[in-house]
Amino acid sequence: MIEFRDVTFVHQNGVKALDGVSLRVEAGEFVALVGENGAGKTTLVKHVTGLLKPASGSVLVDGVDTREASTAQLSRKVGVAFQNPDHQLFSETVEEEMSFALRNFGFSPELVRNRVAWGLELFGLEEYRRSSPLVLSGGEKKRLTLACILAWDPQVVILDEPTVGQDAIQKERLAGTIQMLKSAGKTVLVVSHDIEFLWPIQPRVVVMKGGRVVGDGPSADLMQDRDLLGSARIAQPQLVEFYQALHRRPVAPFVHALDAARWAGETLQP
Amino acid sequence: MGDILGIERLNFRYPESPKNAVSDFELSIPEGEIAVLAGPSGCGKSTLLRTVNGLIPHMYGGEYSGDVIVAGSSVKGSSMRDLAQTVGFLFQNPENQIFMFTVERDIAFGLENLGVPREEMRARVDEALRLLRIGDLAQRAPHELSDGQKQRVALAGVLAMRPKLVILDEPTSLLDPKTASELVALVARLREELGTTFVVVEHRLDLLVGVADRLVVMDGGRKVLEGAPRDVLFGDDAEAHGVAIPAVTRVQKALTESKGGRAVAGRLLTPSELASAVEGRQG
Repeated sequence: MIEFRDVTFVHQNGVKALDGVSLRVEAGEFVALVGENGAGKTTLVKHVTGLLKPASGSVLVDGVDTREASTAQLSRKVGVAFQNPDHQLFSETVEEEMSFALRNFGFSPELVRNRVAWGLELFGLEEYRRSSPLVLSGGEKKRLTLACILAWDPQVVILDEPTVGQDAIQKERLAGTIQMLKSAGKTVLVVSHDIEFLWPIQPRVVVMKGGRVVGDGPSADLMQDRDLLGSARIAQPQLVEFYQALHRRPVAPFVHALDAARWAGETLQP
Repeated sequence: MGDILGIERLNFRYPESPKNAVSDFELSIPEGEIAVLAGPSGCGKSTLLRTVNGLIPHMYGGEYSGDVIVAGSSVKGSSMRDLAQTVGFLFQNPENQIFMFTVERDIAFGLENLGVPREEMRARVDEALRLLRIGDLAQRAPHELSDGQKQRVALAGVLAMRPKLVILDEPTSLLDPKTASELVALVARLREELGTTFVVVEHRLDLLVGVADRLVVMDGGRKVLEGAPRDVLFGDDAEAHGVAIPAVTRVQKALTESKGGRAVAGRLLTPSELASAVEGRQG
């Protein structure tokens, strides 16, 4: 679905943001991109949407080289909720914001109405239907950009730091939304520093550092690699730290707090 | 030491809004504390912060009653200029407070406005660069920096003013986990060295519970919980108010509450503390 072939990208100031990145994400995969600030994660995302084109190497989305596709063609396939929602919101009302792209993509008025209603309900934004997007809180704006993207049903959904500004209840709903996208067969790419959020939903984890991919594997394996994570300035999930600090422990780390509590309760009776 | 912040029966309603954004709010923060303010989005946290830095009532209209006292002076009776020297504010999005051509000039901006002498300004900018470990960025243009770097530059600008009270609005949200822990450690160190009081709005409590003295939870414009972080997190109500309970706390609570499970003594905050406790080891 998404393929990076030895991609290098250099910013105008001479900083090499991507340095020989090769990465293949299959259709329907759920991948988390982690790494320190400035590791190249957002630059990588911008290559998937065609906002940036590689200096060398190539990026293919659904078999199409991004250098040969227009941004409009790619955006139908790839929906991105960027880190800062202020860069994405521009309409007079929340409802208009959600309708804009749908109309541009040629959806019928009836479909536009249905999708807008669906998105507002899913993200708890109904009460703001006729409000300006500018009055929303930071967390609400992020939910609105996500609702806008999901409404046009792209094959690839990219979320750049989706949990910033979200409280625990909203994060749980967001995790539910990601599960929903997975079961709908979407390819989901999440850029996030929020390891505690990522751990229970168990993505494939790609670790970036200095413009390179330095680690790639299932959460359960990768999150146990303390040295790798430390070198990329990523913390381990608390449940993995707890698991590794135990002298007697099961074969795999605990995914949920309740699993850990149940195991400790049964196994470690005095 | 006395209270650096006192909020007395505060009520505030925005113009044309049907309900109060902050209702019957009372709070006292002693000087030198690190207090965390949590609560679901839209609970009134941002409004409360604006009543402390003076944007409310000085810039926003609305219905205001009660009082907010910062370092002994009422906010409604203080000028924004006076407040700028007492209360430092780091916004959620650092792009809202970075705008100069170099990082160094940006950090100096607030000091220039106050007319701080040149040598003093140089010393304070250097100290801020060192504290935030961004000396290598001093001559860079802020717009070229990553979001995490921008966040550190913005905080350096706040600290250079040497405020008595610093408000941090979700300061770690854009930082990678290691940088976030370093920021929290930095806050703890500044509190020790300078006696600065910090009020931190944060959803990610796993990082902060170890250093915070007080956790205040807001919901619907009201204060609904307040206490030592361990007590509040182990209570039954925190989760219902949208507070993120750290995984270690959730394991311990579930272990204690499970049928036939055994209580693990104390209120543990780190994974290694918990592992030692469940295996019956010392320390």
